[in-house]
Amino acid sequence: MRHTISVLVENKFGVLSRISGLFSGRGYNIESLSVGETIDPAVSVMTIVTTGEDKVIEQITKQLNKLIDVIKVVDFMEIDHVEREMVLIKVSPRKEDRIELLRVAEIFRGRIVDSGLTTFTVEITGEEKKIEAFIELVKPFGIKEFVRTGKVAIAREGVKKAK
Amino acid sequence: MKKSGAEILIECLKKEGVKHIFGYPGGVVLNIFDVLYDEKDLELILTRHEQGAIHAADGYARASGKVGVAIVTSGPGATNTVTGIATASMDSIPLVVFSGQVPTMLIGNDAFQEADIVGITRPCTKHNFLVKDVKDLAQTVREAFHIAATGRPGPVLIDLPKDVTAGSADFIWPEEVKIRSYNPTYHGNKFMINQAAQMIAHAKKPVIMAGGGVILSGASKELKELAELAKIPVTMTLMGLGGFPGANKLSMGMLGMHGTYYANTAVQNSDLLIGIGVRFDDRVTGKTDSFAPLAKIIQVDIDPTSIRKNVRVDLPVVGDVKNVLRDLIKVLKESKEQWGAIRSSWLKQIDKWKEERPLTYRAEKNIIEPEFVVEKIYEVTKGDAIICTEVGQNQMWAAQFYKYDQPRKFISSGGLGTMGYGFPAAIGAQFACPDKVVIDIAGDGSIQMNIQELATAVINKLPVKVAILNNGYLGMVRQWQELFFKERYAHTHLETGNPDFVKVAEAYGAVGLRATKPEEVVPVIKEALKVKNRPVFMDFVVDWKAKVFPMVPAGAAIDQMIFNEEKPEKKLKAVK
Repeated sequence: MRHTISVLVENKFGVLSRISGLFSGRGYNIESLSVGETIDPAVSVMTIVTTGEDKVIEQITKQLNKLIDVIKVVDFMEIDHVEREMVLIKVSPRKEDRIELLRVAEIFRGRIVDSGLTTFTVEITGEEKKIEAFIELVKPFGIKEFVRTGKVAIAREGVKKAK
Repeated sequence: MKKSGAEILIECLKKEGVKHIFGYPGGVVLNIFDVLYDEKDLELILTRHEQGAIHAADGYARASGKVGVAIVTSGPGATNTVTGIATASMDSIPLVVFSGQVPTMLIGNDAFQEADIVGITRPCTKHNFLVKDVKDLAQTVREAFHIAATGRPGPVLIDLPKDVTAGSADFIWPEEVKIRSYNPTYHGNKFMINQAAQMIAHAKKPVIMAGGGVILSGASKELKELAELAKIPVTMTLMGLGGFPGANKLSMGMLGMHGTYYANTAVQNSDLLIGIGVRFDDRVTGKTDSFAPLAKIIQVDIDPTSIRKNVRVDLPVVGDVKNVLRDLIKVLKESKEQWGAIRSSWLKQIDKWKEERPLTYRAEKNIIEPEFVVEKIYEVTKGDAIICTEVGQNQMWAAQFYKYDQPRKFISSGGLGTMGYGFPAAIGAQFACPDKVVIDIAGDGSIQMNIQELATAVINKLPVKVAILNNGYLGMVRQWQELFFKERYAHTHLETGNPDFVKVAEAYGAVGLRATKPEEVVPVIKEALKVKNRPVFMDFVVDWKAKVFPMVPAGAAIDQMIFNEEKPEKKLKAVK
């Protein structure tokens, strides 16, 4: 199963290395990782997407909790939450397709953040499914390059166990 | 008043109650050593290798229960401690290691004797620090000792750039230490403890499996009380030896790959297995799918990651072993169970297994058997010595044939299995317990891995004894080659390259003794014990064919044991 885990950490140098070392040292996989400061600049939050059987996920959350610099670990699997990811996609459509591409982008509420003679760069934000769908749709136009931020997640108000 | 970083460091160590530091100087730690030069309350013990220093600090910690301290220089000094840090980490031993570092300005420049020791030791420390500002030094030292000694203990490293120890700041000792992200659970959940008590009352064939956690938490008294109250037989892991008295009627000795027949058989037939301060290491469980197949498993441990890591657990109790056992005993005492009656048939069954297959060894007339040496050391010291071991056959025989009646009497590298650990650890243990007899049971291979520490023992007039079970081989590997590799002894023969250990001892100013016949064994041990101001090497030239039995082959269930097949039976000596 794929899990989105949020890790609240002390904003100290070397923390990222402790977390990534925990994953690599024990053979766990990180599918995506995003890091940023919280409202308290002394604390950062990492959002990690990982896959594993229940036993592996249990070890991952316990091992994360064991790290001295980790303040809190939340596995969103059990929690009603909102997930978002952003992608920047550079597409180089044929001249006759440029309008069509802009239309597709609009349907997905994408924003054109750069346009040139041969390329458009589209910014798309949303859940994973939406992003995957958009990528599929623009593939025929000719994707030159794309970058993803990795997922971030936040619990909904009045957090309840989803189950 | 301002103090230098080095002075602040030493003040901190004194505040922490440190008396002995094991170390080795070098360029970037000169400021610290310079302060130590005039220090009266703190003794720096100069080892002859940084690995010796770190193992000595570890042996000191295991023997005393205090935090062991080592100071080394940057680069090679620091990297030489890595094996010892990993050794302590695997066995949850509290250490604080100070490594020198190049000045902060030069970090990352591949400066002379620079190594990223914080990066290198990240996976094998409980935590580590790089101090970038002398103002943070006292707080960091305080936190390091706190982290090392509390919760599940472990080694902590502090990297000290030269400009930090040379710099100056006001010395402010933080009386309290609070780390918001570090809060170990010390008390077990009441509901879980009540559940455990019920499971114990309902069990017909319970077994306690006690590990290093019992010793680290100082819970031997509670463990004995629990076992005797509810009449539960006890087996110990290698790390747990001494946590329960080995000579007690309820003791079944060690379990696992080289565990006793009765301990392994009891675990496999038990209906309740109570793991206390154990992590169910693969050397204990054998094939995990067939481990304790009939048993419900209770696991008590302070570290949640230890629970359900290797085996299924029916009832986890997270907490400090001592507290959990106290609470559990309280609940059990309220019950009206007739423990003696409930358990009598199970205990009888275990006695029968003990009769059936005791520990044995070959009894040759003219050759010294290594097990015989360990047995005689036990008899002559009356079980009162601190026994350190190296790793391999010597370690297993020391675990099997010496009965440990108290905690902190058996000092051995369990998790990492570090050859070369025992001798420096014995030096550390002797500093911690100057009035105790300390004996390192060694092999001819292992002792050569840190033999330079003879100088440390001699110069400090330490009466550490080393019993070398000299079989001319890397015996444990040879044993595997004999059993599983068609007697192809690839690179395990040491005899032709071995030095004369008696002469080596003498060259360093120590005493060297040798026994080549069984009747010489006891006199050599007795003579060694008479020496009070120097280390002694006892070179026991032993049967190279001796193997450690019983043995569970790798990947097998723990009741699939290979036994000593010597025939006729009478040539085997049984030890109870």
